[in-house]
Amino acid sequence: MEFDPTLLSRIQFAFVITFHILFPSFTIGLASFIAMLEALWLFKKQQYYLYLSKFWTRIFAISFGMGVVSGVVMSYQFGTNWARFSAYSANVVGPLLAYEVQTAFFLEATFLGIMLFARNRVPKPLLAFSAFMVAIGTLISAFWILSANSWMQTPDGYELRDGLVQVTDWWRAIFNPSFPYRFAHMVVACFVTTGFVVVAVNAWFLLRGTHKTLARYTLSMTLWLLTLLVPLQIFLGDQHGLNTLEYQPSKVAAMEGHWETEKGAPILLFALPDQEKETNHFEIAIPKLGSLILTHSLDGTVPGLKDWPPQDRPHVATVFWSFRVMVGCGVLMLGIVLWSVLLRTRKRLFDNPLFLKTCVLAGPIGFIAVVAGWFTTETGRQPWLIFNVMRTFDGASPGVPAGSVLLSLALYAATYAIIFGAGVYFILQTVRQGPR
Amino acid sequence: MMIDLPLIWAVIIAVAVFMYVLLDGFDLGVGILFPLAPDDESRDRMMASVIPVWDANETWLVLGGGGLLATFPHAYAIVLPAVYLPVSVMLIALIFRGVAFEFRAKANTSRKWWDRAFFFGSLIAALCQGFVLGAFVQGFKVVGRDFAGGPFDWLTPFSILTAVSVVAGYALLGSGWLIQKTTDALRDWCYKIVRGLFVIVLICIVAVSLWTLQLNPIITERWFRWPDILYQSLVPVLTGALLLTLLWAVTKRRDRVPFFCSIGLFTLCYLGLGISLWPYAVPFEMTIHEAAAAPASLSFMLVGTLIVLPLILIYTVFSYWIFRGKITGDIQYH
Repeated sequence: MEFDPTLLSRIQFAFVITFHILFPSFTIGLASFIAMLEALWLFKKQQYYLYLSKFWTRIFAISFGMGVVSGVVMSYQFGTNWARFSAYSANVVGPLLAYEVQTAFFLEATFLGIMLFARNRVPKPLLAFSAFMVAIGTLISAFWILSANSWMQTPDGYELRDGLVQVTDWWRAIFNPSFPYRFAHMVVACFVTTGFVVVAVNAWFLLRGTHKTLARYTLSMTLWLLTLLVPLQIFLGDQHGLNTLEYQPSKVAAMEGHWETEKGAPILLFALPDQEKETNHFEIAIPKLGSLILTHSLDGTVPGLKDWPPQDRPHVATVFWSFRVMVGCGVLMLGIVLWSVLLRTRKRLFDNPLFLKTCVLAGPIGFIAVVAGWFTTETGRQPWLIFNVMRTFDGASPGVPAGSVLLSLALYAATYAIIFGAGVYFILQTVRQGPR
Repeated sequence: MMIDLPLIWAVIIAVAVFMYVLLDGFDLGVGILFPLAPDDESRDRMMASVIPVWDANETWLVLGGGGLLATFPHAYAIVLPAVYLPVSVMLIALIFRGVAFEFRAKANTSRKWWDRAFFFGSLIAALCQGFVLGAFVQGFKVVGRDFAGGPFDWLTPFSILTAVSVVAGYALLGSGWLIQKTTDALRDWCYKIVRGLFVIVLICIVAVSLWTLQLNPIITERWFRWPDILYQSLVPVLTGALLLTLLWAVTKRRDRVPFFCSIGLFTLCYLGLGISLWPYAVPFEMTIHEAAAAPASLSFMLVGTLIVLPLILIYTVFSYWIFRGKITGDIQYH
């Protein structure tokens, strides 16, 4: 059986980046949460802030460690598997990644060491400062990497010279058209993901009847935060979608499963898109709603996939369904925060077992939404590596045979299975032990 | 005046890679020595001596990779496909080793497995880096701007020698580090092995150096050109001086000296390598000027780097200062 090295490299990249994104999605929010707890401990001096901070720091350390080691892998994927892409686009992508390392990774790694191990060695304000630096580092990192990713989605501020990408305007390259939307959507996604984990852990404490005071305080505070952030995230998602419609209409056509360009387009709740026959099976649709959401007008024009030749279309079913999974998670999240508001008004937030059990089950919901969202935007960019500039199949490394990629992919799969299993086990063990 | 941006960047990247070799070198070395240590209590202290800093040390590897992509993309696009397998295996080794710090502290029954992950991760990562070094010095088969060789071109007798040398070198750095960070039985044990390690590393260096001279006439010509040979003959003299200093430090028990002797040895090797390979970004195929990114990109990065890199160095020193002195009980997992 013949394997295609480029296809294997795509599978490998999808696998290692999907694994990696789980950790930043959680630690970006958690770092800010811990920094806030450290600041409260510093200024308000109540012991329980310290307990909470130490408890979440133990979980943070496990997650962050796994994020670091899977992140080092990412920084070499560009060279080992996507050498042509690297050489072609390095003038833009290179500096963004190099700045990420310099302004974020060193900051996070160095101050994390102080935050984790120097509590008995440095004065309290310095420890809070270190927690703050780690939190800032995670956000700076998100800034650069999302700028690089957004540039691949909506390239700007460049020209093609001597067969390579050359930057003409740094501001427009960094703040390219989709970057502000993607950055806002992703950072809020991280906070929401962390929020649901924190809520799940504390709901579980309440169900078990342990750490009652701490759990009530944290659950209530985090649910307030989510009550603000979930609607905000839905709004940002809508804005991001409008931006995608403007700059990557083929992606939106695939997200919506529309084959024909039409006015007053419906929204599809269910469909099985058929790439070959250029149609959908078993459609369940609501008339006009697609146009309303995408153009904010009942008769707005929504693009169809047939506007592009078949070789320029993404794989519709993947984009269509990952988008629905993400939106579905969003709807569930909205339901949970609305339920929490309802319970608050009746002063039953902490003693409704069904609600608390739902919160425990919803712990991983943010991760599912984040991964589904990234699948939507990344598979929706296909067949382009740099949208409308470079095709994915032109970006792979020459001189790397399928056997090498198969071997590395198998090793990554085995390694990640082991450390993911162990990491989740140790995190759950830490949760069971609780704050102390 | 024209600023030679590729030259400046070659120096910065070379310094970043050297920072990586020294900093992660000693903590990988601690991992390599880990199973040989006298007892379990020593192993805990060995771990504690690098726990607060390993993550930042490894970040220099990310800067080396990311920096090479950004500044010499055409070299990056040749070298990494050429060493695909050793780099992939190195990354996986670093994963096991990196998570071992956390997991070992949290584990009960699986603890000995994370001990093994720490040791084998460190050893295999060091071996792979040695293979990459050897393959790089030997050069790659290049057609146009692409690597055109096979998946095992990196595996040669020469690269096996460099792989062993890197492991020995890291073990030397690790023992030097442990001498200045520890006391009692662990320190005594490190004093016992450091002389032997130093001699093994010297033998490796001599073997690698003589072999390197055979690799390419460009290198031989460079080393034996008059009058450069005058300065370059200082290298063996300085190496001898380092050996004598180390022997003195071991006899007199000067805890700080062996680590800096090892750093001195690494510095000389690194300079020697630089002399041999200059001005190539991919040895004997592509110079730094041919491999460089566009001037607009190099200058855009230089502005920020000149501000940020000194800051990184300042807070790195600060963090080492916080964790200064011998290992006491306070650095451990909560």
